[in-house]
Amino acid sequence: MLLSSVVFFPALCALLLSLWPVQKLLKSFALFLSLIEFGISLFILSQFDVSTASLQMVEKYPWIERFGINYFLGIDGLSIWLVMLTTFLMPIVILGSWNSIEKKWKGFLACLFVLQTAMIGTFLAIDAIFFYFFWELSLVPMYFIIGIWGGQRRIYATVKFFIYTMLGSVLMLVAMIYMMFLTEQAFGTMSASLLDFYRLNIPFVGGQFFSLQTLLFFAFSLAFAIKVPMFPFHTWLPDAHVEAPTPGSVILAGVMLKMGTYGFLRWVIPLFPEATEYWAWLFIFVAVLGIVYGALVAMVQTDIKKLVAYSSVSHMGYVILGLFSMNSFGFTGGLYQMLNHGVSTGALFLLVGMIYERTHSREISKYGGLANVLPFYSIGFFIVTLSSIAVPLTNGFVGEFLILLGSYASNPVFTYVAVLGVVLGAVYMLWMFKRVFFGPESVLIKEHPLHDLSVREYFVLVPLVVLIFWMGVFPKQFLGFSKTSIDHLVAHRSDYILMVQGQEGKQP
Amino acid sequence: MNHPLLIAVLILAPLIGFLINGLRYQKNSANLSGILATSAAVLSFFVSVILVSEIFSLPQESRKIVVQFFEWIHVDSFRVNFGFLLDPLNSIMILIITGVGSLIHLFSIGYMSHDHGAAKYFAYLNLFLFNMLILVLADNLLVMFVGWEGVGLCSYLLIGFWFKDSQKAAAGMKAFVTNRVGDAAFLLGIFILFLTFGTVQFSDLVAMAPSVAEVSWWGPITLGTLFLFVGATGKSAQIPLYVWLPDAMAGPTPVSALIHAATMVTAGVYMIIRLNPLFLAAPNTMAVIAVIGVLTAVVAACIGLLQNDIKKILAYSTVSQLGYMFLACGVGAFGAALFHLMTHAFFKALMFLGSGSVIHAMHEEQDVRKMGGLKKYLPITHATFFIGWLAIIGMPPFAGFFSKDEILGMSFQSPYGNAAFWALGVFGAILTAFYMTRLMALTFWGKARFSDKLHPHESPWTMTLPLCVLAFLSAVGGWIGIPHVIGELLPGHPENFLEKFLEHSILPILDLPKAMPTMEYLLMGTSVLLAALSAYFAYTMYLLKPEWPKKLADKFRPLHELVSNKFYVDEIYESSLIQPLIQLSKNIWLYVDVNLIDKTTYVVSDLTKGCGGFVRILQNGNAQTYATYISIGIVLILSILLMR
Repeated sequence: MLLSSVVFFPALCALLLSLWPVQKLLKSFALFLSLIEFGISLFILSQFDVSTASLQMVEKYPWIERFGINYFLGIDGLSIWLVMLTTFLMPIVILGSWNSIEKKWKGFLACLFVLQTAMIGTFLAIDAIFFYFFWELSLVPMYFIIGIWGGQRRIYATVKFFIYTMLGSVLMLVAMIYMMFLTEQAFGTMSASLLDFYRLNIPFVGGQFFSLQTLLFFAFSLAFAIKVPMFPFHTWLPDAHVEAPTPGSVILAGVMLKMGTYGFLRWVIPLFPEATEYWAWLFIFVAVLGIVYGALVAMVQTDIKKLVAYSSVSHMGYVILGLFSMNSFGFTGGLYQMLNHGVSTGALFLLVGMIYERTHSREISKYGGLANVLPFYSIGFFIVTLSSIAVPLTNGFVGEFLILLGSYASNPVFTYVAVLGVVLGAVYMLWMFKRVFFGPESVLIKEHPLHDLSVREYFVLVPLVVLIFWMGVFPKQFLGFSKTSIDHLVAHRSDYILMVQGQEGKQP
Repeated sequence: MNHPLLIAVLILAPLIGFLINGLRYQKNSANLSGILATSAAVLSFFVSVILVSEIFSLPQESRKIVVQFFEWIHVDSFRVNFGFLLDPLNSIMILIITGVGSLIHLFSIGYMSHDHGAAKYFAYLNLFLFNMLILVLADNLLVMFVGWEGVGLCSYLLIGFWFKDSQKAAAGMKAFVTNRVGDAAFLLGIFILFLTFGTVQFSDLVAMAPSVAEVSWWGPITLGTLFLFVGATGKSAQIPLYVWLPDAMAGPTPVSALIHAATMVTAGVYMIIRLNPLFLAAPNTMAVIAVIGVLTAVVAACIGLLQNDIKKILAYSTVSQLGYMFLACGVGAFGAALFHLMTHAFFKALMFLGSGSVIHAMHEEQDVRKMGGLKKYLPITHATFFIGWLAIIGMPPFAGFFSKDEILGMSFQSPYGNAAFWALGVFGAILTAFYMTRLMALTFWGKARFSDKLHPHESPWTMTLPLCVLAFLSAVGGWIGIPHVIGELLPGHPENFLEKFLEHSILPILDLPKAMPTMEYLLMGTSVLLAALSAYFAYTMYLLKPEWPKKLADKFRPLHELVSNKFYVDEIYESSLIQPLIQLSKNIWLYVDVNLIDKTTYVVSDLTKGCGGFVRILQNGNAQTYATYISIGIVLILSILLMR
């Protein structure tokens, strides 16, 4: 029941909140509910068995028996931290949006909670159709969040976001259904279970694009690549971020992008080992291109939020680089970088939101001298900047280091290009920091009465800052949970099979 | 003694100082923050002294204290602890860092007394000590990298300490970014060494270093050490990454003394000495290091000749002296490099603090052309600076003489060295003597060139005491490394203490020819004599014949322009690297993102819309149209059926 509750409790919250009779206490109630949800996930963490790579806390009920579709949830070392990230960010997002959302609070919170159900469901669903259900479900609330509570060009941005991501997913659905037929051929009964998919032997012909495994591989990859987003499918991201309200940006960058990289890790790499191996160079190439490209374009942005959005393109490039290096360093680093990016970019969007609430501007050129006026805000921003540029003892370093190490182990040449990102990352972040926080005070800042962080904002930032250092100094405490699963993936990449805990001996 | 506890106190004392001052950073009582920070530094110094005496008490072969705190990263075969090690090599380093560091903290109390951000300043200074100690005490490359980036960060914060001035903030950023270039290479070096040896532990790396030299340029050891060296050129301001150091003078002067002269910038030299067996196994890397070192020494000294900002002269001088240390490393004389690192820490910290005292007295004036005759007003500063001057130009028996002489001697004798290295080294020494004498002449001697309204006065004791201690060290600091040829002449035959102390940390140079005393005297005598002549020439030029500099400048106008504009290196970087990069980024954003990708998607979406539009025309909700479609359909089907 644990996994079902962590998935569907937020949906219940959404229902509760929409029936909530009074405007008063609405936000506090929502915050309370999100904390309960975080508590549930903490309980799952405490119950988690780190010694096994098998799926744990499995819940499986038949859904559409004719097609072998099940209500199938399970958790392992690959998904546990992404669930934690989602539940951890939620209360922070609610607290962070306290003043930035001006209308229709009820609808907004309902959207947020439905979104949470969709995201956690995506991370925990082990059945293809069930997974697809959550995957698509996540689009709907985000569509409304950007479209209703967004900025000037919100309609354009939200439609672009929706169409891009939708387009990729359709091919994935086709691939999934095709694979269900493959299971019927192979095992006699049709099944949509990912565990059965893993046991399939899909024929692979190298050097031939129109061979079965390659086609399936690309059908899945396209959906995930758009979500990540990988170059050249990234252009929906800056628009969506700029128009989204702060909480939307935080969730989008913090969690939703990870649905794409998680997809690679959970679906593409173990399902299509030969095709992955064969086409890894392409993904590494595009990832490295994205790292450098994202960083260069981030450097010349004039809007802070757009800069952070492009920095996401660069950072997510690292994740892909790690995953497709396909050794333990790369996988571990990639997984860790997903969390890091969630924390640091989430924090950056929150910080940008805070200053936007005060001055209603995101133009870098209009700022200057902020460090003098808002010292504590600046310290917070600086620490998050350090995490973003991967200074040692912050979380970012551990991830980036492992990724680059893994990448060097499998592909030295591309790594020489990828380390440019280390330099360029410092360039665009510190240049922005210099223009916004240093120098003489600008007109904009003189005109607005600015007050430093409020108590509420401390509650938003302090957990993130603590986490940045905690994850940087004691990465073992986090990686310990994923180690067995990653080792299993590395050892059995070509014949990957996942068992359900307690049923390891039995033949399905 | 409890070693883990001592090491923990040594490292954490400055961190706690940082946290306390950091939390109360808005208080502007400079004294209290200063005393807090200084006590933290002094505490570290005492602990260092205890630890180093422990090291001494151990038998020579086993002089090593290793402490492991906790496991940091462990993935697959990659395992790194927060582990620290103390041996003779970094004993000297921690004494310099905490000792000179404490003096500079003390000096800062006086220097920063009028600044509102004093608490913040002292917090940063403590944070720097913390990171620097991690750097030198680390027992593996990755923990060293923690300190390596950490000191860079503190340097960034302190250079841009007065960030209201955009230029100073920009200087900080330049330092960080330039260092980052080196750091990226450092990371690559770590990767290569780890994938070659399966460890990043210093003790293992050193033990595994092959005794047979690697000849190929593309061998893993050569490549790995080369990348580490590129990292060192960033941190230690060598060609081509030295450009940040002169700009770093934007920070408060004691910072320049601590970070940009005595400690941080020597990190690269320390790293190479730490891994000396590995570097010795890569003769190609050694050659590159020596060449870069000697070139930097000469080029920076040339630029130093014509600078007018007192701190900039000292900054280029630092770059040049660091070049000597790399030259020493490159010819395999790691002991000499460490020796010069130490004496340089004394005399350059002394001169930076002295210049701080001058700037303080002159109310923030830094141009030496507007000084002169300060000897009268600042007697202690002048006297101590004078000793520093003798030390840097290598006059016996001051500290710089012994260390520089050892480097020059080795660059000639060592199998890695040659006469050209020696000659260039001596040329650099001549230039050094010239620009330092020029600095002395323009600042302290001759007639005063500042306005009468300015009444320079000697600094308070917190500032002069550190100067005196450093002057003492600059005078006698070289005596721990007296060369054998001189030692034999002296009563009691003092042996080369430093060499013996480092015996087990540093590999000796194989097939080093036996030193011939006459040869050594000759080399030594030549360089001292030439330096003295050069100093005398500068003295004549700037004091006795003040019209000469202008005449010379006129005569060699293009050369003068070139040198006084620092060979236009900054301009070249700006126009060939930075501007094109920004332009490129703007272009790819505009043409790839906005025009290519988005436009393509528009075309696709228009196409879809077009198709949809066509289909839409068909379904206009008009019953008659539908009836038409039906009848057309019936006709078609019927005709197909009839045709069969």
